[in-house]
Amino acid sequence: MPPRPDPHPAGRHPAGRHPPSRHPPSLHRPGLHPPDPHPRARAGRARPLATLASAGIALSLATPAAAQTAGPQAPAAPAGDIAWMMVSTALVLVMVVGLAFFYGGLVRRKNALNTMMMSFVSLGVVGLTFAGVGYSLAFSGTSALIGDLAHAGLRGLAPGGAGGSGGLPSLLFFCFQATFAMITAALISGAVVERMRFGAYMLFIALWSVIVYAPIAKWVWGGGFLQHLGALDFAGGTVVHINAGVAAAVLALVLGRRHDYGRQAMLPHQVPMTLLGAGLLWFGWFGFNAGSALSANAISVVAFANTLLAPAATLVVWALLDLMRDGRVTAVGLATGIVVGLVAITPAAGFVSPASALAIGTVAALPSYALILWRARSGLDDALDVFAAHGIGGMSGALLTGLFASTAWGAPVNGSLAQLGVQALAVACAAGTSAVGTFAIARLVGAVTPLRADAVTEAQGLDVALHGEEAYTDGEGALLVPVSRLGPRAPAVTGPAGSEA
Amino acid sequence: MKLITAVVRKEKLNDVLSALFQADIYGVTVTPVRGHGGEREPVQTYRGMTVKMELAEKVRLDIGVTEPFVEPAVEAIQRGARTGSVGDGKIFVIPVDRVIRIRTGETDAAAVTPATATPAAAATGPGPVHR
Repeated sequence: MPPRPDPHPAGRHPAGRHPPSRHPPSLHRPGLHPPDPHPRARAGRARPLATLASAGIALSLATPAAAQTAGPQAPAAPAGDIAWMMVSTALVLVMVVGLAFFYGGLVRRKNALNTMMMSFVSLGVVGLTFAGVGYSLAFSGTSALIGDLAHAGLRGLAPGGAGGSGGLPSLLFFCFQATFAMITAALISGAVVERMRFGAYMLFIALWSVIVYAPIAKWVWGGGFLQHLGALDFAGGTVVHINAGVAAAVLALVLGRRHDYGRQAMLPHQVPMTLLGAGLLWFGWFGFNAGSALSANAISVVAFANTLLAPAATLVVWALLDLMRDGRVTAVGLATGIVVGLVAITPAAGFVSPASALAIGTVAALPSYALILWRARSGLDDALDVFAAHGIGGMSGALLTGLFASTAWGAPVNGSLAQLGVQALAVACAAGTSAVGTFAIARLVGAVTPLRADAVTEAQGLDVALHGEEAYTDGEGALLVPVSRLGPRAPAVTGPAGSEA
Repeated sequence: MKLITAVVRKEKLNDVLSALFQADIYGVTVTPVRGHGGEREPVQTYRGMTVKMELAEKVRLDIGVTEPFVEPAVEAIQRGARTGSVGDGKIFVIPVDRVIRIRTGETDAAAVTPATATPAAAATGPGPVHR
């Protein structure tokens, strides 16, 4: 990286103009730190010691007397960092919207709303579970396996001070992390569209975000055993993408394939929506990856550039693979290639050089492309190929991070075969936990309420039957119903007789 | 010659088409239509507005066939479209005065697809695979 003016000449980034000098490798090794009651350091996200040392206990909003006299304590992080992290948090939220469009365009029109709602509802359901217990289980306590309930219900989170990881106010760090939990749960939905009951899905992601997501986030980011082992995951390749990809495949298997799967061609109903979604995902991913530096600094710039470059390489390789296979480049293929490239660079974003990012983006296209071709002929109805894009793409990225990591570009260690082994171990732990946890939760939810919509609902489309709405309607033949005529309960859209919708 | 017009559930269209193909009947025109049979109207809600969808979306098939194919066609449509619930649709069999194939100028029996005079053993069981 060429020397450049320090963006914070008078700030907390004193002498260094180069990531390694600002972030001595020892800082990146969580294992070298004594156990921290509120672990702050995600791997590779450590801040200068001075910041950590100056971090006081943040003043809680729940202390009215103090709040009246002094107001919230001033944040310890510089204004630039706070501003960037708030923007990053909002950008990750946009990814959920992008995902809704990406998935929504790929399904049949009769399921467009249901599919998009599966992403949107995660904003609410997982927002609540993460605020309730998920955040606390992932980012509190000294255990290497699971956090405690010290921050349950947002207890102790403050808008000022430096209580969050990276010297950020803990309230802001919570918001950033919450958006990660939301997008992770939403990713799973792509595997089970067009057949899963909406209520069962809501219950599933509520439990999954607490029982599966929070522990894995703890292991990798919250001072857990994978972090102590030195596993590298800059922005969530393991926690978010491998986790969601494996969960998606398992949930699709538990649910069974769609009735029409393998019998009829089920085509994307609105490919332009999918392209828009892929674009929004890329846009939001700058917050996901560059925001994971937890600061506006040189590492976040590296992550930003890599987030631009890796998907570009994947997109081109995907187009070439399309050309070789069929002689034509497809729009759905380009959209998929963008997502795979983004997934692959996620664990490596702040750890590798831009040239390595191009290499990662190039290599990662191949296994995911091959799996998508195989999956379509298999019995696994992972409807929108979540496992191929996120599971396999995430594994490619996690393993390649172990080879391409470079201390000159912000990584705590250089890539090596030993690091590759550590990465493989982290992949195996996350994938195994996700598979077992997802299976158990799916069975549990299935014991309480049916997981699948009935055959009539599936044939008619979930929009009309489950939501009483249609994505595309011109209203012809729709008569206003006076409220008085509806009675205590509106007639069901699909009675047991299965009358036409 | 007869014109067979059928109105069926749109989600059963693929089943009807494969049943027709199995019965060796390939000439079909499909139109999206809306209408009202005797079925219960579904209620939809958009914010505060509750509406009853009086017109249900269906598809209509128009099939011109020679006499020997009338029964196989009717049976194939029933086999593909039937769910047993209100709203399965109707089949109309209508006499036809003339049929002209525009490309060749052939008329009547020669102009409908298939041109063969007798149906294959398609009326019962699975017929020949769609070629």
